[in-house]
Amino acid sequence: MEILMSIVIGILFMCATYLILSKSLLRIIFGTLIISHAVHLLVLTMSGLKRGAAPILTDGVTAYTDPLPQALVLTAIVIAFGVTAFFLVLGFRAYQEIGTDNMDEMRGTEGND
Amino acid sequence: MINLPLLPILIPFITAAVLMFFPKRIKAQRTISIISSLGAVIASFVLIFTIRQNGIQTVNLGGWDAPFGITLVSDMLSALLVAATSIITLFVIWFSFYYMDEGHERHYYYVAVQFLLVGVNGAFTTGDIFNMFVFFEVMLISSYVLIVLGGKKEQLRESFKYVLINVISSALFVIAVAYLYSIVGTLNMAHVSERIAEINQPGILTVIAIFFLLVFGLKGGIFPLYFWLPGSYKAPPIPILALFGALLTKVGIYAIIRTYTLFFYHDTGYTHMILGVLSMLTIVVGVIGALAYRDVKEIIIYNIIIAVGVILYGVSVMTPEAIEGSIFYLLHDMIIKAALFMLAGIMIAIVGSSHLKDMGGLIKEYPWVGWTFFIAALSLAGIPPFSGFVGKLLIVQGGFRAEEYIGPGLILLSSLLVLYSVMKIFTNGFWGTPKEYHGLKASMAFKLWIPTAAVVVIAIAYGVGAEAVRPFITQAVEPLVNPAIYIEAVLKE
Repeated sequence: MEILMSIVIGILFMCATYLILSKSLLRIIFGTLIISHAVHLLVLTMSGLKRGAAPILTDGVTAYTDPLPQALVLTAIVIAFGVTAFFLVLGFRAYQEIGTDNMDEMRGTEGND
Repeated sequence: MINLPLLPILIPFITAAVLMFFPKRIKAQRTISIISSLGAVIASFVLIFTIRQNGIQTVNLGGWDAPFGITLVSDMLSALLVAATSIITLFVIWFSFYYMDEGHERHYYYVAVQFLLVGVNGAFTTGDIFNMFVFFEVMLISSYVLIVLGGKKEQLRESFKYVLINVISSALFVIAVAYLYSIVGTLNMAHVSERIAEINQPGILTVIAIFFLLVFGLKGGIFPLYFWLPGSYKAPPIPILALFGALLTKVGIYAIIRTYTLFFYHDTGYTHMILGVLSMLTIVVGVIGALAYRDVKEIIIYNIIIAVGVILYGVSVMTPEAIEGSIFYLLHDMIIKAALFMLAGIMIAIVGSSHLKDMGGLIKEYPWVGWTFFIAALSLAGIPPFSGFVGKLLIVQGGFRAEEYIGPGLILLSSLLVLYSVMKIFTNGFWGTPKEYHGLKASMAFKLWIPTAAVVVIAIAYGVGAEAVRPFITQAVEPLVNPAIYIEAVLKE
């Protein structure tokens, strides 16, 4: 199971890297979204995908899944969510002000404009 | 008091929360933020003296014992860095009273600065690797807000790149933590160190060590990963730049120092060799940049990169002497970079441009600014009575003792070129015939100069009083050289 997950995560990283290297603002933001999905899946996978009950205390259950990475992922998800919301608005504002969504045209050393 | 290490985080946090209620009342914003920064400074000094007397202070949050809960650990290194951070923030806030536009101040500027202080102080104090990620994010998100505040074209363009780079490096940080967790099964830094020592750092941990270097190097701006820094730091206004230049890259350096002395010290032949080579290359690119530009901001920005290289070289040598030098230099560099950016801010306020071709003869009208800049420049280069000297001396000595000659030689040569790059600002900006200045805030120059001069005075005192500071630095080095002290203080075995 871990091997299958690792391959899927690898493919997600590949897609994210490809998207981040492209020119369009929006594609780059989608790339960062996919990279955060890949990271969260990786955290869950790396702690081991053993079979066990959901980490809620119940009578008669002996084996639980590891609760710690789930807490870590929950934290990382909200952080990624906040940053992505900011990033989308930033991309929108940059598009409004600069008038392009092409990263090539956002190169700039033209001093103080 | 047992919760003392928490105070430098809690004070700015509560302040930021309170300041959010009345953004339009600028006077109240200013007063409250400066008083609370003063409070953070006092708390951090109390913390330093407590550690001096009683050793490393730890707080187990929520009363859960060490490896299971989140532990905040203040050893001397983190307490000194917290103190330096609080002092710099205090003076930069004072500086921004006169420098920032009203538009900035009405739009949660002081709130973002206080949250930045929360993130930086937290990252210095935490004893848990995932908690460090969270504090990094607190710091980064407030830095995103600060870099884009004002919304000029250049700021929007550069902040898009800055946010992108940091989103990627944060993702890499979580990956590194996930890998580390899958091998050692714990997140508490002392416990991680203990477990790594038990299994004696197999190959996979060396891979993770390089991964951490990649993550923190991206934050700290080391050689192949510094590319985002010059562009992004050029965009925001000067007080924000002073905060970034003095604090943000230093958090990355602190994280490298912490992980490379606490976790990955078993296979130093490989990991620390890479760190050493990268830091030397960092010095080289920094020097090339500092020499190439004729823009005041740009020259000092490249000087940040040089300092990053010098500090990390000292860490890579891994002798007590060299690490002591690195800590000395780290504190010096935080203070002096803030001072230099503030001085550059005064020049921009007078001249109305940051390019050297628009400047000249400033010393006629503004001798106090000129001589302050002169002293700060000498101090940056490491001329003996001032603060940059002792750190570099110890790093170079440590390097020679370890029978390395390229690194120390490079550092000595770089000092010369650093001196040239800042003297270029001095001779072109302050000497010569006066030109016409178009600065809108020239009338504020004296008010801006007071906090700046105060920072320079602190830098001088730090250099002249090196003998008095030294016992504190020596105490800061102890847990870095001997991780057992740190582990024992946290896990209480």
